[in-house]
Amino acid sequence: MEWKVFFEQAPSGGVTYLHWMLSGLMWTLIVSSCAWVIAFTLGSVLGVLRTTPIKWLNFAATVYVEIFRNIPLLVQMFLWYFVMPEVLPAELGDWLKQTYPNLITLPFAQFSLWEFTAAVLCLGMYTASRVAEQVRAGIESLPRGQTNAGLAMGFTLPQVYRFVILPMAFRLIIPPMTSEFLTIFKNSSTALTIGVLELTAQSRQIVEYTFVKFAPFAAATMLYIIITLTVIFLMRLLENKVAVPGYVSQGGH
Amino acid sequence: MGDFDFGIIVKNLPFLWSGLLFSFKLFGIALAGGIFFGTLLALGRLSRFRILSSAIGGFVNLVRSIPFIMAIFWLYFMAPEIVKYFTGQQGEAIGPETSAIIAFIMVEAAYFSEIIRAGIQSVPRGQPWAAYALGMNYWQAMGNVVLPQAFRNMVPIILTQAIILFQDTSLVYVVGLKDFLGAASKAGQISGRIVELYVFVAVVYLVICFGASRLAKYLQNRMDPARQVAISKDLTLAGPGIRPDGA
Repeated sequence: MEWKVFFEQAPSGGVTYLHWMLSGLMWTLIVSSCAWVIAFTLGSVLGVLRTTPIKWLNFAATVYVEIFRNIPLLVQMFLWYFVMPEVLPAELGDWLKQTYPNLITLPFAQFSLWEFTAAVLCLGMYTASRVAEQVRAGIESLPRGQTNAGLAMGFTLPQVYRFVILPMAFRLIIPPMTSEFLTIFKNSSTALTIGVLELTAQSRQIVEYTFVKFAPFAAATMLYIIITLTVIFLMRLLENKVAVPGYVSQGGH
Repeated sequence: MGDFDFGIIVKNLPFLWSGLLFSFKLFGIALAGGIFFGTLLALGRLSRFRILSSAIGGFVNLVRSIPFIMAIFWLYFMAPEIVKYFTGQQGEAIGPETSAIIAFIMVEAAYFSEIIRAGIQSVPRGQPWAAYALGMNYWQAMGNVVLPQAFRNMVPIILTQAIILFQDTSLVYVVGLKDFLGAASKAGQISGRIVELYVFVAVVYLVICFGASRLAKYLQNRMDPARQVAISKDLTLAGPGIRPDGA
């Protein structure tokens, strides 16, 4: 049976291929979660800026979104990893390429800190542009009257956002945000091109070492499905927990 | 940064152009194949035969749960095995290009099927009923009445998905094909000037995709919002059976 391959010894480190698989899963989860923190924070700020009446901030956020949305993720990955150290001042670039990777040794990883950092920054800032669009759409879907009522009550504009608009908008965008969150796990596989051994990379590596083709890919596919189902389940719990009583959520036709 | 060498881009232009042409070719094939098979999948998904519709639903959700690169690897490594199994010949007959094309059509068909399904559902129920009442059969009603209206409602979102698809064609880099990015990467390795080449690639993609996204937006604004196929409700969730019709 092909599946026995996972209990064979891997060529390095005295561990089995199962260990490679689990380490890949772990790095997929770590890279995606770290990137999601960046994407959610930055994306929320950008999305809010795109709805404010302050012209130049609005414009700056729009430029960010258009740039990061219209360049393929893989190209952005290469820009961060290969191009960034070259265009920074020489000392900083050399530090990124030589000293920084050795600052800490990543556990169970055959790749360096700089590869990991580049992947997280790239994935996070790319996804931020998509999150920003969802946040903007969520805010714009609220009736104008809510802002106006808030202003009429004597709130300042930041207070209107803090106490009126955002609490509603963030609840409304949970379904599209779930989708972005799922996408970040899938997109994290592009990090394999700059050497991050995440789940897809590990399954390919096992295929190449053992010539067993089906089992590694099937296992990785199942793990991705489990991630998807878990995320959907958790986001649904969240959605039910924070639902505004009596407010008919979007959709419904 | 001061010594940005445009000469290296000019020198490699013919090679980069051939890469860009390959990207466009893959894009064209995947778009046409994806819409064609996506329509069939959508019709099957909406069919009354429960087994057919849930089998297709399972396939679509499976494809949408895995990374695009994973799908490319599946086909790249397994397609030769499958050929060998059926023909008994050694499976080298399928190269990276063919397997990538199959992977792209398969993945895009899954994504387009969800769009097209929403498009079909955006056509009022009375339309197919009226067509049946006039004596049309299923294929006539779909082909002459429902699908033409559905596709008209879907134009902006299909364009949006097409832009994503065009960006995704760069992923064939992982099986070593010389698309636009692959060509630039190769030229960069040979000349040692990766900075210029990757920046050039990024700018070209930006110009193409930004232009196309303006067009999508223009079409979207011209269209009656009530007719448009919504992206946010049905399409964004990959999971099985998530909120059908916002329930």
